Amino acid sequence: MPGIVIVATAEGQGTNPAALELLGGGAGLAKALGCPLEAVLVSGSGTDPAGPAAKLFAGGARRVYSVRHERLGNGSPEAALEALTAACRRAEPRVVLFSADRLGLEVAPRLAHRLGGSMITDAVALEVRDGDVVATRPAFGGKAMEQVAARATPQVVTVKLRALEPAALDESRSGELVEVPVDLDPGVDRVKLVERVEEAAEGPKLETARVVIGGGRGVGGAENFKQLEELARVLGAALGASRAAVDEGWVPASWQIGQTGKAIASDLYIAVGISGASQHTAGISGVKTIVAINTDPEAPIFERAHLGVVGDHKAVVPALTARLKELLGK
Amino acid sequence: MNIVVCLKQIIDYEIPPRAFRIDRQKKKPAMPDASLVIGPFDENALEVALQLREKAGGGRITAVSMGPESAIEALRKALAVTADEAVLLSDPAFSDLDPFGTARVLGAAIKKLGGADLVLTGRQSGDWDAGQVGQLLAEELGAPCVNFAFRAEPGGDGRVRLYKETPGGAEILEAGTPVVATVTNAETNQLRLAKVRDLMAANRKPVPTWSAADLGLDPAALAAGRIEVLDLYVPTYDARCEFVTGETPEDKASALARRLVELKLV
Ligand SMILES: Cc1cc2nc3c(=O)[nH]c(=O)nc-3n(C[C@H](O)[C@H](O)[C@H](O)COP(=O)(O)OP(=O)(O)OC[C@H]3O[C@@H](n4cnc5c(N)ncnc54)[C@H](O)[C@@H]3O)c2cc1C
Ligand SMILES: Nc1ncnc2c1ncn2[C@@H]1O[C@H](COP(=O)(O)O)[C@@H](O)[C@H]1O
Repeated sequence: MPGIVIVATAEGQGTNPAALELLGGGAGLAKALGCPLEAVLVSGSGTDPAGPAAKLFAGGARRVYSVRHERLGNGSPEAALEALTAACRRAEPRVVLFSADRLGLEVAPRLAHRLGGSMITDAVALEVRDGDVVATRPAFGGKAMEQVAARATPQVVTVKLRALEPAALDESRSGELVEVPVDLDPGVDRVKLVERVEEAAEGPKLETARVVIGGGRGVGGAENFKQLEELARVLGAALGASRAAVDEGWVPASWQIGQTGKAIASDLYIAVGISGASQHTAGISGVKTIVAINTDPEAPIFERAHLGVVGDHKAVVPALTARLKELLGK
Repeated sequence: MNIVVCLKQIIDYEIPPRAFRIDRQKKKPAMPDASLVIGPFDENALEVALQLREKAGGGRITAVSMGPESAIEALRKALAVTADEAVLLSDPAFSDLDPFGTARVLGAAIKKLGGADLVLTGRQSGDWDAGQVGQLLAEELGAPCVNFAFRAEPGGDGRVRLYKETPGGAEILEAGTPVVATVTNAETNQLRLAKVRDLMAANRKPVPTWSAADLGLDPAALAAGRIEVLDLYVPTYDARCEFVTGETPEDKASALARRLVELKLV
């Protein structure tokens, strides 16, 4: 019987953390539809799939289709697409759930095309309604939400990180491990890796920092970001930016926070000279306390901020830095 | 080298949330007077194409847009920054297509153009934000797809060198043609401004319009979408902003610093 299939990748003896969220959400759908919950496990050839598969069984998968190939360890979407197509032809799923990470973003729509199915990206909730799996997703940069059902099977869906409750692990559960042989089409070589460039990483990472300071177009120039750096040093914060600051060429694209940049989940986020476009605030929904510094009291960021200062950052930020230094004894 | 850039005309994405209106019955935005713009990533894609043509010392850039007649404005803008040609894909059968239908139409148009070595799209449109069409287009054309590209250069043996943004940095890839790339923004690919002289030339250039019949597509087959939108609504948030007050910016900064310490946020 066609089931719910979640896509997992092997990471050491376990899987990517998002796989457990997909299993948690998938279990609810499988129960409502009375169909099995299964998984496809993608791993490089060095990995023994038994360990990661055991985690997937513990998380509720009844069967794991394992695809393994040396080309699958290196992040090539062409290779992953071939392998996942083979696995899904075997599993004949009704629904395929991906995490909306790089694998999901790069491979899921093409997989749906190859399987003659449908595609829904960036789901934040899934439910069964009249026998249909209905996904809720943001559109128009988060200014609207839409609910979408599929009219072609399989229904491939990418799900945002942290949208679904992870499955509880029960190590006593087991299941069937099915090896699916993968013959990679020579076509996957049409794209060759020439060089990988690692980004020099210094200071706290945006995604995991406890405090983040973001600068936008209102910061007014690359040199003005120095003042934000000062404040960041005092607070041990990571620095981020809006797309506009990246577009101006003031900061690198890796600083971008938002729908198409990094999602942050800090305790504190200080937005400086950022208007608060929905595409920007899409990346800060996990933040506990949002502070905004902006000259325009009507700026939309104040509709999302908890603390606000209406004022020019050129005066406010250095004064804030100085005062915090005093108060924190730094 | 033949380069096709796919541009979608969308409702201005910077309309603030409080001004955003929808028609819940029609499940569509309802802002008839809103300005229309090119999707920001599509603009980046166009800039990547222009830079590639410069680096290659030649090549032909064709801008393609599927949409209502108004989308000719997006194409004129592309011509004004010196795209060589533009084609508008417009037909009642093309309205409200899902990403699969859109990719089918764009794919048919690219085939009618005689194919392309490199097809560039945005990573995501700025309206429905599907993030699918570039990849589906690769499937329509039987081409590989490089996602999150931010720069392109001529490679060896007629190949294309593509710079791909990754979570940890970047990858430099070489692809045989044809290849599809979806483009993300970087410090280096914001669309240039048009020169006045080019603007006038762009307005004089003929822009052909191709219909479903011109592309040999069956409207009934296109209309059978793979997804159905059941509802569209505007979400609400209930944050209440506490404005920190003071006579001078310095006073406000001091008050903010005190609040941050009181609330144990720093
Ligand atoms: C598909 C799509 C994806 C996108 N993804 C992202 C994304 O991931 N991240 C992102 O950030 N954007 C994204 N955008 C772009 C987004 O829509 C906005 O264009 C962008 O966030 C605006 O950046 P900004 O707030 O810095 O600039 P602006 O909107 O220009 O705001 C500048 C602000 O600075 C204030 N200001 C001016 N001077 C001062 C001063 N002296 N002191 C204090 N304040 C001052 C102004 O009042 C204004 O509010 C995306 C758009 C689309 C369509
Ligand atoms: N109607 C269209 N006309 C031309 N290009 C389009 C159209 N729709 C989508 N695209 C291209 O496909 C990309 C991704 O779109 P989407 O999948 O809708 O997010 C866009 O950034 C455009 O480059």
